[in-house]
Amino acid sequence: MASGVLVFGEATEDGRLAPVVAELLGAGSRLGTPVVCALLGSGVEPLAQECVARGADKVIVVDDSILSGYQADACLPVAERISRETDAAVVLFGQTIVGRDIAPRLAQRLGTAVAMDCVALEMEGDKLVAERPCYGGNARARYTFNGMPQIATVRVKAQEPLERDDSRQGEIVKQAADVSPDAVRTRVVSRRKEQAEGARLEDASVVVSGGRGLGGPEGFEPLEELAEVLGGAVGASRAVCDLGWYPVGSQVGLTGKMVTPDLYIAVGISGASQHMAGVSQVKNIVAINKDPEAGIIKSARFAVVGDWKEILPPLTEKVRELKAS
Amino acid sequence: MPHIICCVKQVPDPETPSSQFKVDSATKKVLPVPGIQPVPSQFDTLATEAALRIKDKVADTTITLLSVGPDSYRDSLKHCLAMGADEAVHVNDPALYEADHWATAEALAAAIQKLAPYDLVICGRQATDWDMGVVGATVGEILGVPVMTITKDVQYEDGKVTVERVLPDGFETVEAPTPCVVTVSNELGEPRYPQLRQIMMAARKQVKAWTLADLGLAEIKNRVALRELFVPDTSVKTEFIEGETPAEQAEKLALRLREAKLI
Repeated sequence: MASGVLVFGEATEDGRLAPVVAELLGAGSRLGTPVVCALLGSGVEPLAQECVARGADKVIVVDDSILSGYQADACLPVAERISRETDAAVVLFGQTIVGRDIAPRLAQRLGTAVAMDCVALEMEGDKLVAERPCYGGNARARYTFNGMPQIATVRVKAQEPLERDDSRQGEIVKQAADVSPDAVRTRVVSRRKEQAEGARLEDASVVVSGGRGLGGPEGFEPLEELAEVLGGAVGASRAVCDLGWYPVGSQVGLTGKMVTPDLYIAVGISGASQHMAGVSQVKNIVAINKDPEAGIIKSARFAVVGDWKEILPPLTEKVRELKAS
Repeated sequence: MPHIICCVKQVPDPETPSSQFKVDSATKKVLPVPGIQPVPSQFDTLATEAALRIKDKVADTTITLLSVGPDSYRDSLKHCLAMGADEAVHVNDPALYEADHWATAEALAAAIQKLAPYDLVICGRQATDWDMGVVGATVGEILGVPVMTITKDVQYEDGKVTVERVLPDGFETVEAPTPCVVTVSNELGEPRYPQLRQIMMAARKQVKAWTLADLGLAEIKNRVALRELFVPDTSVKTEFIEGETPAEQAEKLALRLREAKLI
């Protein structure tokens, strides 16, 4: 009889535990026991103890160079084996570039389903009820599963982590990957970075975002200036990234990044639901838009109706003055 | 002669204003808005676009469109035919009208096997109705072929597909042998819009209609149950910052943000 929760952890590129893992372990500990954490990757072994401190009762570490630079074909056989051995009722992934790719494929290999991008999870007996946004954030759907395990990917920052407790005890088990290089059918030829300068969008406490209303790539300059004065990051709507006005890595929305700043300033953004899906956890939205009917205004705590070109420079100036005082 | 299969879903128009978006909580369905026609899912027109870009370079490419859905899906297949695809197959069986993502993926995979040989299957990264993002990868797993997800560029050469995957802070170039499955993302760019002449030609093209029996499938089981569908309340009380001049509005906004301890 399947029981407990299996969390698949992941590391950041610079070898730290991805913040979503603590959130997954927090969610897992509220859903059932024991909470087992699987850490797959290269150089991940030092992160096992932190998983325990964050709520894992047991950590299965598979530290192998074949798992470096995530490739589904290498990770899937290991994930499938651990899932079968652990026989958990619930399996959790982060809704990250890795989770999005591996979770559906693992579900198929296990003959079960996965609810993607969940924002709320609860147990009814041994049944997981998974709540997730759909229709570009216009609606929410709640699902139950017809089989086991019940797999969910969890939206970043949607779940509370536990307090870190370094005195927590847990079992740490090492396993070999045992994957033949021949099993990996895809080959990564190259990777290249494309990221705007300044604060990381996902971590920023202030985000200033621009949309089609800016009229062109040059419209981002005053936004960057305001973001700099506020110590924040610059985001962009999907429309302007698709138009090439701003780097794709700055895209906020359903198919871009989920951001959770204390303050989100949306300039010339109409507020298409797919964009709003990226700011669904933001409490303080400022909308600067010439259209008083723009959808974003309904979600905004503060709205300024007018021409951004005339509003941004004095706004930046006043903010600079207030910051200095 | 490469054979590319593109999976196409039909969805309620995502440009429908949020104010008109309503669900029927009893049937757990989105209510159609009068006067707004359903459209092919945006990422699926991009899948078609990706296939057409390959066909632009490799002239003897054949593009087959594939849909699993009710009668209205025919319109979306016609749209993608008019974009320039060669053939269309519509798996239309009442037994599949309530199919979940996994039942749909099984029907798609069975149809793809019936359409074999194929070199490449292209799907959208997710459909713009449920936003689940599982069908493409699941189809690949059922077919037992390599899968590359969330890509913005798809290149074909004999026996090999090379894609650019979209990462949070950049891109990676990945290649896989054919046959394989690729899902495409919005970073691919704009899909071409059919010209009138193409629409008229597409109108005359036959859409093959298949049933579950044609696929050799008896029944397909759903793996999830939709328990509830509702519209969340996201509205907040909005404070409009007024002023005689934009500069006055700007100053007032800055002061309000300071009062609210947000700056």
